[in-house]
Amino acid sequence: MAETDRVKVKRRELTETFLEGKNMSKVYGMGRRANRAVDNVNFKFRRGEIVSIVGESGSGKTTLAKMILGLTSITEGQLELYGQPRAFGTTAEKREYWKNIQAIFQDPFSTYNVFSKIDKVLLNCIELRGQKDLPYAQKVEIMTEACSFVNLRFAELTNKYPFELSGGQMQRLMIARIYILKPKLLIADEPTSMVDACSRATILDMLLKLRDEEDMTIVFITHDIGLAYYVSDTIYIMKSGQFVEQGTSDEVILHPKSDYTKRLLSDVPSIYEPWDLTSDDLLSEEDEFPTAAGGAP
Amino acid sequence: MKHRLRTTFQNTNFVVGFSILVLLLLLTFVTPLFMQGSPLDMVGTLFNKPGNYVNRMGVIDAPKYPMSIEVASIRLGAAVSNDEAKQMLEWLEKSELDVEWKGLDPEKDRAAIVELFLANYDDSIRLPGTSAYRKGFTRLYNKVQNLLSADGYVVHVADPDSESGYREVGKIESRDFTNVKDVPARRFFLLGTDNFGRDVFHELISAIGNSLMVGLIAGSIATTIGLLIGLTSGYVGGWLDNFLTFVTNMFTVIPSFVILILLSYSISSSSRSIVVVAFVIGLTAWPWTARSVRSQTLTLKNRDHVNISRLSGFGTVRIIVTDILPYVLSYVVMAYILQISSAILAEAQLSMLGLGPSTTTHATLGLMLSWSMQFQAPLSGAWWAFIPVVLSIALISFSMNLMNTGLDQVFNPTLR
Repeated sequence: MAETDRVKVKRRELTETFLEGKNMSKVYGMGRRANRAVDNVNFKFRRGEIVSIVGESGSGKTTLAKMILGLTSITEGQLELYGQPRAFGTTAEKREYWKNIQAIFQDPFSTYNVFSKIDKVLLNCIELRGQKDLPYAQKVEIMTEACSFVNLRFAELTNKYPFELSGGQMQRLMIARIYILKPKLLIADEPTSMVDACSRATILDMLLKLRDEEDMTIVFITHDIGLAYYVSDTIYIMKSGQFVEQGTSDEVILHPKSDYTKRLLSDVPSIYEPWDLTSDDLLSEEDEFPTAAGGAP
Repeated sequence: MKHRLRTTFQNTNFVVGFSILVLLLLLTFVTPLFMQGSPLDMVGTLFNKPGNYVNRMGVIDAPKYPMSIEVASIRLGAAVSNDEAKQMLEWLEKSELDVEWKGLDPEKDRAAIVELFLANYDDSIRLPGTSAYRKGFTRLYNKVQNLLSADGYVVHVADPDSESGYREVGKIESRDFTNVKDVPARRFFLLGTDNFGRDVFHELISAIGNSLMVGLIAGSIATTIGLLIGLTSGYVGGWLDNFLTFVTNMFTVIPSFVILILLSYSISSSSRSIVVVAFVIGLTAWPWTARSVRSQTLTLKNRDHVNISRLSGFGTVRIIVTDILPYVLSYVVMAYILQISSAILAEAQLSMLGLGPSTTTHATLGLMLSWSMQFQAPLSGAWWAFIPVVLSIALISFSMNLMNTGLDQVFNPTLR
């Protein structure tokens, strides 16, 4: 499999280190029962980079994402923003941090508060931008622009509740939210795993467009190594809380060093390979097919 | 939300429970408009039977209508019981007089027996047996001696000027009738009177109102405390959660009824009003609301919509109010209804022990039960003093529990 076989997202020149994690760990419990969900992890994210963190369920990807987002505390190590330890004490500092770092979650159906109307989600973002006192007409303008970025019509969405939308629409609205906030880092925690294949492509396209237009760093958290190879510049492979391999996507996918990465790659089904008809798994032509009339033995 | 409300009112259980409650409330609000006086006016005497009471002097003053209705047998039937007729036959038998008493049936020939007894009774005939046994016949004779006379009564008033000292004012013939409506002074006791001579029905209506008030106050206090503690300890977590859970568990482990008794006991009886008792009940009933709200908050706290709100920079209070409270609200409403009903029961229990509201100006269901027990209503056969109270308590709890079941069916996804 050569690099030229696939249509790849265009690579970019990456220079500026933006976010750096140093020896970060998250420990649940104490003493003998301590569980190191994230174990001594180091990483560097640059502006405009698409990073994938790949691992199976329970490997600590989501915990790491929550630590970066500030939704859960960091037990050991530190996170540096432009070379400075992040300021995350007061409410004002937190709000400032969240202007720069935002997220999209996996399940669009649980991302919305079913009791409030969906324009509320977008209005809250405008409020976080510090434009709470803007006249309503201007707010509508901002929301309409954001919705048209994700191919939704704002006029159709006002006064609707989340359960009146489809999963794909909900996820696109989440991207509209990101479009309003224009953070420097977006953590996308399996954003496409709960939507259908058609919506998946659109959502990926929109995220890539955000990266191109806003120079946004996007951290993809996924278990799908094929998707990771398709979109990302850098890939981190995570296993039981640790990065077992990291590097540019071509390095990691085409020349894997770790056994775990090789195993992950061998699990990816390939649609290009012809079926091996001599294999024992497949029925040969002489085999009798059980019929409804004859009945199964 | 509108949809949920509609499905709630389509649920049979909820609608039945709700209608019972509304009817009870209507009863407590509307009936007092038609009643005279205060519910605690001591109108009658100890345990008067239910019924329509008319003034006897008023009956004499009222216009009379002679009617050809055979009154004597009706009066006999009402005044002489089967046992008394048998007693008369016994006397006739044992006196060994030459009277044809054989073949008379105490059931059918009561008038004949009474007539025979009255004609032949003689105090001087000494029957064998104790003196109490003999006096029984004398008492019987005195009781029935006027029954058969058709002469009627003559009514006199005291008059010092006349020779005899009395002056005749009227005569009541045996076939005279009076329309009850012509008697101005009358009183209808639907459920009789209690030990203090109060109208039980009127008292019951105001007691239901007061007990519902106790339930509402106590239920609101318990639910508010439980909700606040549950939401804070569940969402904030950390040492605050540990502390609040410790307090909650402590209150759960100590039987709340014991705390209730001690609290009530330590408040002097003069200051134990209805509201104070409601507060005391509310302050002991919150732990289980707090526990279940906390556990629900714990699961909600890690949902993505809460994370999104945190990422939008909202404060703790705002997240609790907009992102967690609406999700637990349906459960809290159900818990609130159960709290109201259990507070009413707790008030009744406390009052039965004599630790309820000590008030002479208001009645509650528990106090009514307590009074009727203290004055031995069950022993006196005064069922009207306690059975309606017990039924009302049962009805209120029943309606509340029905509403709760109905709401559960609407809001609990596993039952849908």
